Amino acid sequence: MNAVKSILLRREIGIFAAIVVFCAIVGIANPRFLTTDNFRVILLLMPLVMVAAMGEMLVIIARHVDLSVGSTLGFSAMMTALMFKLAPGIPWYLGFGVAIGIGAVLGLINGAMIIAFRLPAIIVTLGTLYLYRGLTFIASDARQIDRQFIPGPLKAMSANSPTYALPWIVIIAVAVVLITYWFANHSRLGRQVYAIGSNPAAAPLRGIPVTAVTLAVFSISGALAGLAGIMYASRWAFVNPSNTGWGFEFQVIAAVVIGGVSINGGVGSVLGVVLGVLLLSCVSAALPLLGIAGTVQSAIYGLVIIIALVIDQTVRERGILALASARSARP
Amino acid sequence: MTTEPIAPTANALDAAPARPLWQVIFIRPVMLTVLLLILEPIVASVFWPQSLDLQYILSTFTLTAPLALMALVLTLVIIAGEIDLSPASSMALTACVFAAVQQAGVPFPLAVLICVVLGLVLGLFNAFLVVFLRLPSLIATIGTLTFYRGLAQVLAGDNSIKLPEWYMGLNLVTILGIPVPDLIVLVAAILLALLLGATIFGRQVFQIGTNEIAARHAGIRTRSIKTTLFATLGVVSALAGMMFVSQLGTVRYDLGLGGELQMVLMAMLGGTYIFGGRGSILGTFLAGWLLSIMTNAMNTASWLPATQFCLLGVLLIVSIIITNFIYSRTQR
Amino acid sequence: MAEPTTDTPLIAARGISKSFAGVEVLRDVDLDLQRGEIHALLGENGAGKSTFAKILAGVHRPTRGTVALNGEVVDINSPITAQKLGVTLIHQEPISFPDLTVAENLVLGRTVGAPLARVHWAQMTREARQLMDLLGVRIDVTRPMRGLSIADQQMVEIARALASDSRLIIMDEPTAPLTPKEVDTLFGIARRLRGEGRTIVFISHRLEEVRSLCDRVTIFRDGNRVATDTIANLSDGDIIRLMIGRPLREYMKKHGTTIGEVALKIEHLSKPGLFTDISFDVRKGEIVGLGGLIGAGRTDVARAIFGVAPASSGTITVNGKAVVVTSPSQAIDLGLAFVPEDRAIAGIFRTLPVEQNISAAVPRRIAPGGIIRRKVEKALAAESVRRLRIRLAWMRQPIGELSGGNQQKSILARWLLTDPSVLILDEPTRGIDIGVKAEFYDMIGELAASGRAILLISSELPELLALCDRVLVMSEGRLTANIARADASQESIMQAAVPRSTVAA
Repeated sequence: MNAVKSILLRREIGIFAAIVVFCAIVGIANPRFLTTDNFRVILLLMPLVMVAAMGEMLVIIARHVDLSVGSTLGFSAMMTALMFKLAPGIPWYLGFGVAIGIGAVLGLINGAMIIAFRLPAIIVTLGTLYLYRGLTFIASDARQIDRQFIPGPLKAMSANSPTYALPWIVIIAVAVVLITYWFANHSRLGRQVYAIGSNPAAAPLRGIPVTAVTLAVFSISGALAGLAGIMYASRWAFVNPSNTGWGFEFQVIAAVVIGGVSINGGVGSVLGVVLGVLLLSCVSAALPLLGIAGTVQSAIYGLVIIIALVIDQTVRERGILALASARSARP
Repeated sequence: MTTEPIAPTANALDAAPARPLWQVIFIRPVMLTVLLLILEPIVASVFWPQSLDLQYILSTFTLTAPLALMALVLTLVIIAGEIDLSPASSMALTACVFAAVQQAGVPFPLAVLICVVLGLVLGLFNAFLVVFLRLPSLIATIGTLTFYRGLAQVLAGDNSIKLPEWYMGLNLVTILGIPVPDLIVLVAAILLALLLGATIFGRQVFQIGTNEIAARHAGIRTRSIKTTLFATLGVVSALAGMMFVSQLGTVRYDLGLGGELQMVLMAMLGGTYIFGGRGSILGTFLAGWLLSIMTNAMNTASWLPATQFCLLGVLLIVSIIITNFIYSRTQR
Repeated sequence: MAEPTTDTPLIAARGISKSFAGVEVLRDVDLDLQRGEIHALLGENGAGKSTFAKILAGVHRPTRGTVALNGEVVDINSPITAQKLGVTLIHQEPISFPDLTVAENLVLGRTVGAPLARVHWAQMTREARQLMDLLGVRIDVTRPMRGLSIADQQMVEIARALASDSRLIIMDEPTAPLTPKEVDTLFGIARRLRGEGRTIVFISHRLEEVRSLCDRVTIFRDGNRVATDTIANLSDGDIIRLMIGRPLREYMKKHGTTIGEVALKIEHLSKPGLFTDISFDVRKGEIVGLGGLIGAGRTDVARAIFGVAPASSGTITVNGKAVVVTSPSQAIDLGLAFVPEDRAIAGIFRTLPVEQNISAAVPRRIAPGGIIRRKVEKALAAESVRRLRIRLAWMRQPIGELSGGNQQKSILARWLLTDPSVLILDEPTRGIDIGVKAEFYDMIGELAASGRAILLISSELPELLALCDRVLVMSEGRLTANIARADASQESIMQAAVPRSTVAA
């Protein structure tokens, strides 16, 4: 079709190729990597990051960033767990509403501060990263909420499955991905998100309600982080104020950035982010099988973010150069 | 009110109105710091009377000193229009290496050299990403912050690496009654303030932060100045690490976890403009003391670390809002 | 509420005045725009024509005065209100969302609907194609906006205007980046829109184009509307006189200077995508002009010479020495100086004192050992202020508080302190009041007289004609003419500036 679109397409194929190559290499080093059991492990690593990555993707496309997703996850998980502990009679599925609702509120606060004080999102969410984490500590009195307080049916969502041996939380993640795909490509608000990321100065002139869209985008990111919070409780069956969600934002941002979403906004696809999450999960799953300690993970995420940024920058500059020389070739 | 023009005509937005002199003198961000510095001890003394003892203040500052030292250099980086969130991680990594090589038998002077060179390398890597690859510094240094911390984790695992017995407690050494770490910070502050205020290097740092494109066109060596700043911050983080571990006697990978928040907060509370071009060493220096007193008061009141961070997070946002408000009236 | 008759003008502006930060840009302007006409707004930079247009388009609000649409007074308080009232402004650099497709750009912001309303891609694409066909323009509506030529981007903007059924379409200097063929297409569309009863406002500097396209003309000068008439009633000389207030020849002087040896020599300078095979030289005491359309590559050549964005191939010789310029600091050491086009972006340190702005390029003079000698700096700055007659309140005043002309003088002062042998000026008098312009022309003449070689990049033809010994012209990255003073005229420069590969219809 044309140069720019083919670059994008190449991006997703590139990630896919990277996944294939990586799995092949690891598979050769340790054939256990390519078993169905291991695929299940990889699959179970994905849902939390996937869900939060959908939200983060929208935020980054809007030319912002949300560093507080980990802390939002922790806080929502903690509040939900506390609710279960203090009010054991409450129906377990209400937990979803509570977690998502709290997450949405936290996200809304981020968005409101960014708009009201005209501050860069990265600074505000850096502050709320610590703020929300601290609130988690205060609310829980620094104590973990143990297994027995998490409702059975909730925990079962990570084990039981309605179909194809896929646990419920995986189904939820798939649903979120599909909804995000529809939102980003087929809803008016979704397209407005791309618009304000592509040219923030032009957006108000074209009648796009920038304030509303920004608030929406951060609320969605927060809500999805909240959903990831209750999924955490389901998966791990405990909530701990210091661990739950700590460092999570880096995994999420790494996945999104690998997935071809540009830091400058306006560009990004759901498919790319899905592949990004998949790649990171493969890497995480490969580590123990290769005898590499889990402590390496942070280093890898950091390195991955750096590499993805460099690639993003190079693609952009090449694209600009390509356009320039195309223009000079014009008759 | 008038809507902002999309492409302002050159003469329309050229002449900004002149500010009255009293505003220029009194409405400056460093005033905020001074105000807080006056208020805070008053508040603290009401709740925790012992915190007003000068000796006490001096000795507790030694805990904050490493961060304050890095914050001073970070101020220069921010004035130049960039930011670096990785020094706390560099500090941890270099400190782990410092301890580890000594455990492996490397003599002390060589260990110091290795530590400092490593800090330099880490700083240069940041410079490489930001200055040469032109990555946005905020997110690039979030990447390196994660990466360096991860490397420290790889090196040290979950263990505490011990340092030579004699090294511990160096922070308690006093000269003229003032603990050495405090003196180091004081001397550094004086040197940096002179650098910033009296030398052409400092002047150019301000110019780069005010308008990098104009600085380049004026023949200012922007890339080399920025590289120098990042490299210096790397070296200083190694020094800060060496200061820090003398207090603890051991080092873990999570040394100074969250330190980036405190450093940036010191710079912001000191009146540094997040977008570059404005800031003062004096402000950051005072803010360092302020933070030390506050942290001490919170510790005495048995606040959990996470709760303390919570307050710091709030302060960060508030201080940026206020400095942004003050500066944006005169900028643009 | 009066019923709109055919006599009621589409737009009736009364008493429009506008001030920015105490500077009055428009003074009591009355103007009527009729239905079904193409109306030109002429005037020099800063005369107020753009500001007036922006008021109609809702970008600015008048300090005083009213605008009536079809006889009814309206308050155009934002661009969106303007669009709803049927007024569309097409900017010189069209604004768009580069990452979205053409079709989306056409539709965005126009449709009303719930946030979660479905986006009908197929329908959107169909409508977009229809609009493009209506304009007779072949653009693939499913491609991203990024990478479209400026001409195509303008077409998309016009299509937007049509889609929202705009009655008044304002075009701000649309032809500057276009080839003659694209200009013809644009004019054809404009005439067709006029036939539909719409009104087009055409802001331009180019008298031949105005004469070929427009029905009536309004001339602005110093914020006032000085004349409105049918184009047939005004000769070019009349128009120019009305625009500047004095016959052209009297306005500018030219110093006679002795021209010396070659100071700057460029040979086969190329940078793919920007310029190709540029060769020329500038002698001491000579003022060489560099004319051309926007986007011709003139500033790129200057940036290459000065080391901001070095060329890929070719040689530069300064004062007889062949050099490879890789950075501005090196260029300065070689004796080059460059006053950039946009002082707000590449010139001034807005919040820093005037003193520091002036001394910015000579660090070794004010700080020989690294420590700044304030007395030396003060003295240098004071001398510059005196020589160039810079008007300011106090020496340490932030430069942002000065007027445009004084800011530009400060930048010039900065470069004069480097004592350059070659001075490159890029649009030095853009956005400056007429009185200060004259001062600049005198200064440029004196600089040449003192033996410096001057390369003057300018889009203002009268400026080039008055000041330059020779005029080079670039077009689409190539040097197309080297016109001696005696042969130089607005026509000869324009002819060389316009791409030769297209045939004028």
